[in-house]
Amino acid sequence: MMDFMPSENATQAIFVARGLTKTYRLGDVEVPALRSIDLQLYRGELVVLLGPSGSGKSTLLNILGGLDAPTSGEVYYLDHKLTGASEADLTRFRREHVGFVFQFYNLIPSLTARENVAAVTEIAKSPMQPEEALQLVGLGNRLDHFPAQLSGGEQQRVAIARAVAKNPAVLLCDEPTGALDSATGVVVLEVLEMVNRELGTLTVLITHNVGIADMADRVIRLSDGRIAEERRNAHKRAAHALSW
Amino acid sequence: MRVLNRKLLRDLWHMRGQMLAIAAVIMGGVATLVISLSTYDSLVDTRDRFYSEYHLADVFDSLKRAPEPVAERLAAIPGVQRMETAVTTGVKLEVEGFPDPITGQILSLPDVGQAQLNRLYIKRGRLVRPWSTDEVVITDTFADAHHLQPGDLLTAIIHGKRKRLTVVGVAVAPEYVYQIAPGAMFPDFKRFGVLWMGRHALAAACNMEGSFNQVSLTLARHANEQDVIDRVDSILAVYGGTGAYGRKDQLSNRFLSEELKELRTMVIIFPAIFLGVAAFLLNVVLSRLIALQREQIAILKAFGYSDLAIAMHYVMMVLLLVLLGVTAGAALGTWFGWGLSHVYTETTFRFPYLDYRVQPGVVLFSLVVSALAAVSGTLVSVMRAVRLPPAEGMRPEMPVAYRTSLVERMGLKRWLSAPSRMILRHIGWRPLKSFLTVVGIACACGLMMVGNYQQGAIDFMVDVQFRQAAREDLALSLIDPTSGRALHELEALPGVRSVEGYRDVPVILRYGQYSHRAMLFGIQPEGQLHRALDRELRPVPVPPGGVVLTDHLANNMLHVKPGDVLTVEVLEGSRPVRQVPVLGITKQYLGVSAYMQKDSVNALLREGNTVTGAYLAVEPGAEAKLYAELHDRPRVLGMIANKSAIQSFYDTIGEFILFFNLVATLLAGAIGFGVVYNSARISLSERGRELASLRVLGFTRGEIAYILLGELALLTLAAIPVGFLIGIGLVGILVVAFQGELYRLPMILTPENYAMGASVVVASALLSGYLVWLRLGRLDLVAVLKTRE
Repeated sequence: MMDFMPSENATQAIFVARGLTKTYRLGDVEVPALRSIDLQLYRGELVVLLGPSGSGKSTLLNILGGLDAPTSGEVYYLDHKLTGASEADLTRFRREHVGFVFQFYNLIPSLTARENVAAVTEIAKSPMQPEEALQLVGLGNRLDHFPAQLSGGEQQRVAIARAVAKNPAVLLCDEPTGALDSATGVVVLEVLEMVNRELGTLTVLITHNVGIADMADRVIRLSDGRIAEERRNAHKRAAHALSW
Repeated sequence: MRVLNRKLLRDLWHMRGQMLAIAAVIMGGVATLVISLSTYDSLVDTRDRFYSEYHLADVFDSLKRAPEPVAERLAAIPGVQRMETAVTTGVKLEVEGFPDPITGQILSLPDVGQAQLNRLYIKRGRLVRPWSTDEVVITDTFADAHHLQPGDLLTAIIHGKRKRLTVVGVAVAPEYVYQIAPGAMFPDFKRFGVLWMGRHALAAACNMEGSFNQVSLTLARHANEQDVIDRVDSILAVYGGTGAYGRKDQLSNRFLSEELKELRTMVIIFPAIFLGVAAFLLNVVLSRLIALQREQIAILKAFGYSDLAIAMHYVMMVLLLVLLGVTAGAALGTWFGWGLSHVYTETTFRFPYLDYRVQPGVVLFSLVVSALAAVSGTLVSVMRAVRLPPAEGMRPEMPVAYRTSLVERMGLKRWLSAPSRMILRHIGWRPLKSFLTVVGIACACGLMMVGNYQQGAIDFMVDVQFRQAAREDLALSLIDPTSGRALHELEALPGVRSVEGYRDVPVILRYGQYSHRAMLFGIQPEGQLHRALDRELRPVPVPPGGVVLTDHLANNMLHVKPGDVLTVEVLEGSRPVRQVPVLGITKQYLGVSAYMQKDSVNALLREGNTVTGAYLAVEPGAEAKLYAELHDRPRVLGMIANKSAIQSFYDTIGEFILFFNLVATLLAGAIGFGVVYNSARISLSERGRELASLRVLGFTRGEIAYILLGELALLTLAAIPVGFLIGIGLVGILVVAFQGELYRLPMILTPENYAMGASVVVASALLSGYLVWLRLGRLDLVAVLKTRE
């Protein structure tokens, strides 16, 4: 099964994708979303997937996260093949190894901050304490607030705490600042940056906001379902220095 | 087609599962109404037509014997339109291959030509030939029960003389639509038959040549019935007249009217319950469903549609739904109603034909009720939605402010997992909504209990009547009042364990403006076989010197209480009128009776130790021989064997009960499923995003199903005890409504009733749960990440 084996090798490839193609059928029309993508993502990296809407970045993220299957091509998570895995295996993969952060937070409104995190830690293998995860994102004083009692930025930080509390191997963030104003967005990015740095979690961040790309180790720009450009940032900028 | 209309059809199609479930609820309510009303209307119409086409008389009287010329005096009474005399007598019958005692009533037909009144509808065969001596026409019930056809033979013992008779016709008579042996509780088509033979032959058999002992007459248009009755009485008094009576006291018609009256109650109560519950559910379900359309409504408003146009859009949508439900309900109701009417005419009433019809007004009425319920439920939600400015409506509703649930605040929090807390908080989030869901599910449970209540009630009534009150194995009636010494003869017969003589006499009981024609039973005060029961159903001795009345007769018919003095008009012999105090009230569910001590009745009639019949306890196994022995005795007129009476009763009504239960189960099931499934589906719509998010986070389908179905399970469980309460309440309404002369329903709910009520809820929940489980497999995980609520 897909147990995560810790490795000393900091450059170990966590995801390897080869020839990923995804085509949606809309009636008689075939809409290509991804066209033969080859990609490797490494432990501890902070990767920004950049591109306009429709470029295929969300599709790619969904396939990596086990939410969608490619039309052709292969994806490996460590030495486990995700393509062709059963629904139950993919659920287990998400449960044990993937932390998701969504644009609209997707918190459970009937659970407090602490309980939103606990909902995930209750079913994880070796999680942090929910309180610890919330401390990490700076919400140690808002543990028992319901989502309706939190601001957007705070809700997103709860979502991040929920994602990292299971100690995932990878954090997949789909437009995490998309619904936030720039000042609040920066705070959220700082949290992601800190998690990446302190926990060494591979962090993949989708955005169409070019400004955010400067905080990445590596930037992959997608266009029309293809990788249009891939570059390493020689000089990463700290999240607090970003603005848009 | 306008775009909005196209949207309407697509929305309906998109939500077809839920829509069908709602239509099922409407169907259940409407079908009940159509079944009840069409059955009632059809029976009433059929009765009226049959009575008029076959000339049922308006006034009847029976007497000891009068010479034929007296008839001319009767015909001359002002107000009499047509008059006819006849000869009739009780008979004992023997049918080959049937060992039980059969009693019957034989009536004369004119020797030549058709009868003027109370004509026969010949179903098979023909009327008797003029002047024939050995031909009879029999009722179709008796013919069917014994598979007798024209040409078959049977034996009748008329006034102690055995006579071989040939069946030449099978008939239905307006006078015997409801056939019941005198003194019996229910019809027994096997052991009671009605026959007709030529006047000449019958008169010869019972020494009535040139005389008559029964008279029927119809009234002219403006005649006063009571005047005519009084004049008939004055003419016939010297001939042993027992008091003329109108149609309302004619036995068959009285039972028929009572049954129809009770059916009429059912016609009101049952549909009111079913349609009421359905309307309530419709209102609740639709208002929740429309509440989910909030964003769409805002968008339509943003486009510039007026509030009215939007409201009409949704009203149209639910009206289409109502139309579907009402159509299905009317069709199903017509089908079931047709079936029920036929079951009625096969088990209870005999009509030669059945004019089955559904009045358009019935369907229209159910359409209006359903539409009102649906539209009001819809408009509440639509109005709430259109009142919002579009910009606000398009935003998701404010994040719902949840709070910790009561259970958690009670200190159980740490024992609950996050999903369990979600269940509790979601229920507590909108307590009213959860409450209405519980009430809705509970209604289905209650309806089921009502639908299945009859069986237990009938068992109870039969138990009280035949195992507590009338415990004799055989009730024997004699041709004429006889000396009490005859009882010793009975006691000596082999197989007889004990004998209790009784003296019964037809009377009219009067108190103030109220009167009731009944048999007054003089029974043994400390009798073990036939006894009166008190309110707690314990046997109580009948005190001397006064009368004990059935509770219904005392309270609701004569309006007397213990201590009041009744006027008793005896309809026999010299027809004395006496004042008799009411000494007690007895509990009885079937029929109504007046009891006195036997000796008191003898004293009332100024006679010695006289009996008119006896109750017998018989050794098990000795019945057949004893019955045969008694059958041959000329003084024995009738025998009613309880065991066979009960058996035949169950045989007769078994089909009826089965049919009724089937219909009730089906309708309650449809309503139950409609509510539970909609609750589950609406919950799924409300929480789909939340559940999909959890799926993305790695929750399995089973784990999210727990959150959704756990809530459903909890509400269902809560609904069961509430449903029991509703069931008890609904049955209580029935009990209050069904307090007629023929029977009073007892407040009895058996464990089976509760089990049926709970099982319809559980079954609906399981089926709904399964359907929702299938839906959970199709949650769109990707879409949920990209959209706000």
